[in-house]
Order: sequence, then structure tokens, then C-alpha cells
Amino acid sequence: MNFWYFLTALTLLSALMVVFAKNPIHSVLYLVFTFFCISGHYVLLNAQFLMAVNIIVYAGAIMVLFLFVIMMLDLRKNVPESKSNLTKLAGAVLGGTLLVVFIAATRHMNLGNGSGAIGAQTGMVESLGMILYKDYLLPFELVSVLFFVAMVGAVMLGKREAGERNF
Amino acid sequence: MEITSTLFAAKAIYIGLIFAITLGVAAYSTYGERIVAAWMQDRVGPDRAGPFGIFQPLADAVKMFMKEDFIPANSSKWLFIAWPCLSMLTALLTSAVVPFGDKLDLGGGIEMDLQGIDVNIGILWVFGIVSLGVYGILVGGWASNNKYSLLGAIRAASQNISYELAMGLSIIAILMMTGSLSTKVIVETQQNGAGFLSWNIWSQPIGFVIFIVCAFAECNRTPFDLPECETELIGGYHTEYSSMKLGFYLFSEYINMFVSGAVMATLYFGGYDYPFNEVVEAQFGQNIAALVGVGALMGKALFFVFVFMWVRWTLPRFRYDQLMNLGWTGLIPISMFNVVWTGLSILIPTTFNLPAWASIVVSWSGIGVLLIGLIIYHGATSKKKTVALAH
Repeated sequence: MNFWYFLTALTLLSALMVVFAKNPIHSVLYLVFTFFCISGHYVLLNAQFLMAVNIIVYAGAIMVLFLFVIMMLDLRKNVPESKSNLTKLAGAVLGGTLLVVFIAATRHMNLGNGSGAIGAQTGMVESLGMILYKDYLLPFELVSVLFFVAMVGAVMLGKREAGERNF
Repeated sequence: MEITSTLFAAKAIYIGLIFAITLGVAAYSTYGERIVAAWMQDRVGPDRAGPFGIFQPLADAVKMFMKEDFIPANSSKWLFIAWPCLSMLTALLTSAVVPFGDKLDLGGGIEMDLQGIDVNIGILWVFGIVSLGVYGILVGGWASNNKYSLLGAIRAASQNISYELAMGLSIIAILMMTGSLSTKVIVETQQNGAGFLSWNIWSQPIGFVIFIVCAFAECNRTPFDLPECETELIGGYHTEYSSMKLGFYLFSEYINMFVSGAVMATLYFGGYDYPFNEVVEAQFGQNIAALVGVGALMGKALFFVFVFMWVRWTLPRFRYDQLMNLGWTGLIPISMFNVVWTGLSILIPTTFNLPAWASIVVSWSGIGVLLIGLIIYHGATSKKKTVALAH
């Protein structure tokens, strides 16, 4: 339990640093660290498979692409100007509303007493596979179709058209 | 209580030992590389420091530490210092899940696995850590504030991402055969049967070739050492690095070589399995058999380290577009074919009630099918190319 508090504090701190860091590269690195902390939470929840997949997909692939793009930008030119007071006010109102919605949604949530059917095998990859391929096969396959469509779209966008300048 | 404390102490000693062995092997790989290079090029090689030059790595370390530690102006100082260390960290983390040996009997009914942690997602852990290795190079190159470093870093990152895909697909074929993600279980399934005939290499020839090519690319070794291609990029991502920070980058490459050799031995060459291990166990007991197993795994891993060096002094470097072509249009389709064909080789013996060796026949016939397919495809596309040229 103590470790959980430590990990949560670390997660929140690094997530805040993502927002507050001045340098975009530092932001990305803090975000990677946040993903690590979340992976730690998965381990505490006995979900080792989710931990590994979270690291592979988010920290290992997506954030590398983020870094790629940010490194290509000229950071000195693209410093965002400070926003006007109206924008700041609108942002504060929107964020506050979202916070209120979250609090209202979680206040009456029935968390249960934690005595549900949780065995040693609950978060393991075998039981996860059984659930995905037996109970939720159709949604699972539909998600793969969605990924495929996105992939084809990315290939089409990245394709060099005839007559386009060759770098 | 006593059992846990004994086990804890034994495990701590074991982890320390693996750490020391990995670092020692990596240090002596630098010596081995020079010896192999000298042998291949018909030279003498290092012979000054100690008999046969065996103190050469120590001399190198002293030299690295004594050199001026330079940090470029306008570089991101903390990242510049931290990232070589991260490179070392990711290189060392992988060996946590490699099973270096069978169970060791510590007396008093305590048995210890010769493996850092036996998680049931072992191979995904390897894969995750490998995908993190990119950061060490990418951020290190960016933090140097140098165009050539950045170019080298971006090259390295795109190369690693591209070859990770084919590597993951070739591992999937292994997982299909084993039915488990745990490295321990992968080794144990290869132990059943007649000695080395049940190793995965016999049923996964295509997968192994894909895996070893990807391992070369992931370790940035020749013929895929474009990230540090000195003719185009001065020195690549570590151009600005000096002293021990450069040493860490080079050292992590050697650690990666050793660990990927151990992973290849685990996945395809039976891990700590060796012929007649039952006989040894019956004759000399469990502990001796387990320790011989550790020796067998080390031997296999060191052989792969030698293969890495052998290739380095044999093949020239790829061009960058050739590298990307090989990864995306060569290895990924072939590894997808391998996944499908592995499925066939599992299904055919069970549906037609054939003996187990039939699956090996099916998997080797996959090579023939692949070659015929490639020849037909090549014929079709080359005809199209000549037509396009004629217009």
C-alpha cells in the first residue's frame, strides 16, 4: 500500500511535469516516464501482459515517433505566443467544468468492496486471451479492421504522387 | 522465513554474478573483436598489454577514463550525461528474463531457478526493453546539439523501429509453437525429445534467419551500422561524446551483442539444454547438470558473439535505402509468411495424424515455397520494369 502511494505520487508528479516543462523534448521524456509509472500500476494490479504491452506500444513506439517529429521542428521558431486573457479564461472554465463532471461521475460510483472473483490468474495473459478470443471475439476483430483501415490511410497519405518534388 | 531469506540471498548473489559476467564478457568482447579482426586480416592484433594482450580491455578502460570529458556548449547538459547511462541500463535489463540454467538445489529443500525473474511474459519483456533502447541513441544524439549526431540518431531510431517489427513477427512463430510467453517454458519445451533434435531451429529455419538479421540491425552492427557511418556522418550519434560517455555507448553495444546471443540461444538453440543432459543428471546430480547447462548457454551465446564479429569483418555496409527496403519489403513479408506457414506446420500433423517429424518436413518445405514464390514474383516485377523502361 505504501508503495502504491509512492508510485501514484510519482505518476502525478511526472504527468504534471509534462505540462509544465518548457522544452518539448523534456515534456516527451516526462510522458515516457509517466507511462512507466502507469506500467508499474499494472504490475501492482497483477496485469503483467498489459504492463509489457504498454511499454512496447506507448513508450517504445508511439513516443519515439513523437520525439522524431519534435526533433525535426525548429524549436526556437515555434515558441507559442502567450495567449490572450480571454483564451485563458475560456480554458480555465472548460477545465473546471471537466473537473466538476469527473467529480460528479465518480462520487456516486459503486466501487464494490473488492471481494469479486479475483484469483492469481486474473490479469495473466492466458485468461486475457481466453476472454478476448471467446467472449469478445467480434469487437476484437472489428478493432483489427479499424487498425487496418488506419494503416492503409497512412500509406496512402505517405505515398509520393507523380510529379511531386523528390527531396 | 529461513527459506525465503536463503532464497533471497542466493538470488541476490546470482543476479550479481550475472551482472558481473555480462560486463566481463562485454569487456572481453572488445578484446575478442580485435583478435578476430586480426585473424581475419592476417595481422597479429593486440599483443602489448600482458601475455597475448589479455589486459587490453583494462588498458582501454584506463584510457577512456583518463581522456578529457567534454560537454559541448548549448547542449542539453543533463540529457547529454544521463543518456549514455540509460543506454547501458537498457542493454543490461534484458538479461533479467533469460534463463541461464535449470534449477539449483541449495539443500534443505530449497530450489532456485537460475533465472532473474520468471515472469509469464518473459519474451515480451525482452521486446519491450529492446524497443526502449532507441531512446538511448535518439535523445543522446539530440542532446549533443550537432547536425551529424541528430542525423545519426534519427537514422538509428528509424532503423530500430523498422527491424523491431520483423523481429516481433519472427518471435510470434516461436510463441505459436510453444504456446507460452515465458522464456523458461520456451526452453523446457525444447528439452523434450532426443537431444538437440528438438531445438526450435529445426522447425523455425526461416524465423531464425529473420531474427538474426534483425538482431544485427538492433545492435547497430555491420552490415547495419549506418547510425555511426563515419564516411557520411563523421561518427553518427556519438560524434560529440568523449571519454567514458563514449565508452558507455560502445560498451552497451557489446552487452547487447552478448544478451541477444543469449536470447537467440534461448529461443532457437534450446537455451541451457545440451545433449545427454539426463545422463549427466543421473551420474553427477542435479547441481552439476544445471551448471553444465549454464556453461552450454554461455558457449552458445559466445558463439553468436563470434558470428557478430565474423560478419563485421566479412560484409560491407548497406546503403540506407537498401536497409529500409530489406526491412520493410523483404523481412516483414517473409516473416508474415513464416507465421502462416508455422500455423500450417502445426495443423497438418494433427489433422492427418502424422508423426511429429512431419511438422519439421512441412516447415523446411516452407523455404522451397518461399524461394519459388520469390522467383515468380521477381520474374513478374522485372518484366514490368523492362516494360516501363521501354515506354
